[in-house]
Amino acid sequence: MWTEVLTSCSGYPLRAKRRASRIIVDAHILQEFRAITGDRGLITSQEELKTYECDGLTNFRVVPLAVLLPRSTEQVQGIVRVCHRERVPFVARGSGTGLSGGALPVKDGVVISLARMNRILEVDLPNARVTVEPGVINLEVTGRVAPHGFFYAPDPSSQSICSIGGNVAENAGGAHCLKYGFTTTHVLGLEVVLPDGSLAHLGGRTLDAPGYDLPGVFVGSEGTLGIATKVILRIVKRPECIQTLLAAFGSTSDAGAAVSGIIAAGMLPAAIEMMDNLAIQAAEAAVHANYPNCGGLLLVELDGPAAEVEALMRQVEEICRKCGAGQIRVAQTEAERAVVWKGRKAAFAAVGRISPNYIVQDGVIPRTALPRVMSEIGRLGAEAGIRVANVFHAGDGNLHPLVLYDRRIEGQEHAAEVLANRILELCIEAGGSITGEHGVGEEKKMMMSKMYAEPDLETMQRVRCAFDPEHLSNPTKVFPRPRLCGEMPGEYRPHPLEVAGIAERF
Amino acid sequence: MAAPLSASGAGTGIADPWDDLRAIAGGEHLRAAGPVDGVAGVQPQMVFEPSSETELAAALRYGNAAGLGVVPRGGGTKSCWGNPPVRADLILSTVRLNRVIEHAWADLTVSVEAGCTIQNLQNMLAEHGQRIAVDPLWPERSTVGGILSTNDSGSLRIRYGALRDLIIGITIALPDGTLASSGGKVVKNVAGYDLPKLATGALGTLGVITRANFRLHPMPHNIRSFTFAACDLGDANRVMLAVQDSSLTPAGLQVRLTAGAVPAVDVRFEGTVAGLAAQEMVLRKIVAPAAETVTSDAVWQAREGLWSSAEAAAIAKFSVLPASVTETCGRIGHLADSLGVQWRAVVQGTGLGWLRLEASRAAAIHEVLHTLRPELERVGGSLAVLHRPAAMPAIDAWGSAGDAFPLMLSVKQQFDPRGTLNPGRFIGGI
Repeated sequence: MWTEVLTSCSGYPLRAKRRASRIIVDAHILQEFRAITGDRGLITSQEELKTYECDGLTNFRVVPLAVLLPRSTEQVQGIVRVCHRERVPFVARGSGTGLSGGALPVKDGVVISLARMNRILEVDLPNARVTVEPGVINLEVTGRVAPHGFFYAPDPSSQSICSIGGNVAENAGGAHCLKYGFTTTHVLGLEVVLPDGSLAHLGGRTLDAPGYDLPGVFVGSEGTLGIATKVILRIVKRPECIQTLLAAFGSTSDAGAAVSGIIAAGMLPAAIEMMDNLAIQAAEAAVHANYPNCGGLLLVELDGPAAEVEALMRQVEEICRKCGAGQIRVAQTEAERAVVWKGRKAAFAAVGRISPNYIVQDGVIPRTALPRVMSEIGRLGAEAGIRVANVFHAGDGNLHPLVLYDRRIEGQEHAAEVLANRILELCIEAGGSITGEHGVGEEKKMMMSKMYAEPDLETMQRVRCAFDPEHLSNPTKVFPRPRLCGEMPGEYRPHPLEVAGIAERF
Repeated sequence: MAAPLSASGAGTGIADPWDDLRAIAGGEHLRAAGPVDGVAGVQPQMVFEPSSETELAAALRYGNAAGLGVVPRGGGTKSCWGNPPVRADLILSTVRLNRVIEHAWADLTVSVEAGCTIQNLQNMLAEHGQRIAVDPLWPERSTVGGILSTNDSGSLRIRYGALRDLIIGITIALPDGTLASSGGKVVKNVAGYDLPKLATGALGTLGVITRANFRLHPMPHNIRSFTFAACDLGDANRVMLAVQDSSLTPAGLQVRLTAGAVPAVDVRFEGTVAGLAAQEMVLRKIVAPAAETVTSDAVWQAREGLWSSAEAAAIAKFSVLPASVTETCGRIGHLADSLGVQWRAVVQGTGLGWLRLEASRAAAIHEVLHTLRPELERVGGSLAVLHRPAAMPAIDAWGSAGDAFPLMLSVKQQFDPRGTLNPGRFIGGI
């Protein structure tokens, strides 16, 4: 009985029996894996594999055939060489906090967890470089260099648990990327295990390495071009002064007008965050950040030389008042700032306090489209009978609408998904993007065709073909359809399933 | 290193490619190339100036099918950069694709055609008090597509990053005629692969850039520059590192070096009056005992100065770690002096430097470059030769891409399998 269609290395469909997935990693392959990682680096029991069936996006689940936990670049290479020879697809995984299903296992594939490669290898303060293994936690980098007055700038909300390898895959952002840029801004070089198991060094410790900017294209490729095993990061000197202003507005439109005023005044704040009333309520319920109960809350952070920050903060206050801000507070000490940020950073999880289920959406619009898109989101939500809480990185137009629903009410989950997708369409119509920092992954690959024309996607996939012609590294993600990489005549290579007699070409 | 791409091409049995191209081009903007159109010493046959990106794509597709070597060109200010092309038949000039398509000033973004000069673009942006925060060479002539393809950055980089950090979207024409866009018009966007970065610095070997979108920055309200005469090279590097290790936020930090003279360190700040005053005080404490000298804003064009009357000089760009600037420049000085070569350099705080070498004996210049490159590569740096005097023995322009080279070759083969675009000019014969 033929029940599934697989896609082989050469792009030809294969038919396989359902039992194929059990057989594909047969004893000798497992034996090889075990020889590479040792017993403790190989997970095959069903109960343990379940831990890896999804990442931070829990509505897609696939149990992998095996999970490997290498401790060195050589082990990663060994594993990938076996995968390449046997045409077993693999998915690299960091901390599994991704929100687009980027680390979702693929059917009949293995997961390579980089969690045990978690050493900070080198700290070079005079040159502001830190070299890490991919399993190092984002916040640990700052932790290591903070005593010397440095920090690592990308700060996704999950920074206390997410890994640098995962950040590299997703080109993670965070609240402060308005001023400091994204992961790609701070990754200077990478050691990468390519999908055939070979090793390549992209970029380096110095700037403008000769040749193509391969770190530029590798960062944010969502694990589809290979596995980073070392990452050279740039660290940043901690500013002399940081001040965070909290301003309460009657509506998000008023708060949005203040953002426009700040930008028009020629300022580049370190962060500008906005929350609507529902998001404020959720944050209050969860972490008691002592936010004013208002229609639109603005959080503006300025950093730099003290005299500069003080002069600019006065201007920000004035702009906020002109735009109708009621309460305005400026947090100046580290402790005060921590409280202000606590509510914002906890906002996603906090929504769980006011709704049993919710979807975290991630879209981008040109900042000026904010009032229009907000009112449209409100209208669509009311029409569908679904509440939407809104948290924005307002400075760069990155929206995080939280679509609230109750799975127990029939049809509501579906309606919420429809609404969440509709919001992305609004972003595209406004000239924006379907993702600002969470990635495309599994979740949004079908939306890619709405954002880009077919030739655009085909062109991107040429890069994939250059790195991974056999589509082994996190296949089936990012793009709606794989591109066949050069139907070049070559030696015929049977799929392992074919060899095993459980699949045939048709 | 793998073998360079195929060097076969024009003159391989094509009757008269230009007649067919005239049909695409309409004749008016297709003309015979003259001596001024030479590309690193190679004389192309024709120049085409398309009026639209679809026309450009059609011509490129034609050239690709006909086996021509196609050289994209903006302002032509850096036509000597890179290795001489192994074929150069057709120049595709973006000179007529020069519109600023949309300046969304309230969103701090701009969409611009590749042939727009940097100065024209900056003038338009300035109407709304904004700028693209780059200061490339010869802005009045260099174009958007040209500075992207050569990844040219100047002194603003230390504060605002390189072009890779400012570009947010791109459209390129591929040799098969595909016009592909990626990225977009918003600053934050992680949908799909980052082709804007891939095209930046690719020297037009993957596709012809037809338009680009950038994030913008507000013009600074106040600017102040300072120049200090350092005691010696070590003192200059000490100042540069101390500034970067302080709470200061310089929007320019460089050292200018001339054989036999004391190094001059330039620092620039942007911001509020109060902020500038405070930063100046901190700066003076840091730089002491280096003495302040008369400062002019012209110091930030020092890179251009290296190129003046450069026919008999070699000009190279090098990249080292910020803390290695002293050591590198000391070594350059020692090498150059020992071989009787005059040298001047401008080195940014980021570790990127531009070096001019001049000598009556061109072979001596060659020897400096040839000796220096492997030394820099051994410590993770690089050296690209941007310009060489005609009399100098040939030298590869780029140096080594290490174990990433096979991957670069694969990328090239995916985008330009026939080796149509700028054949042989880029790294490793790409």
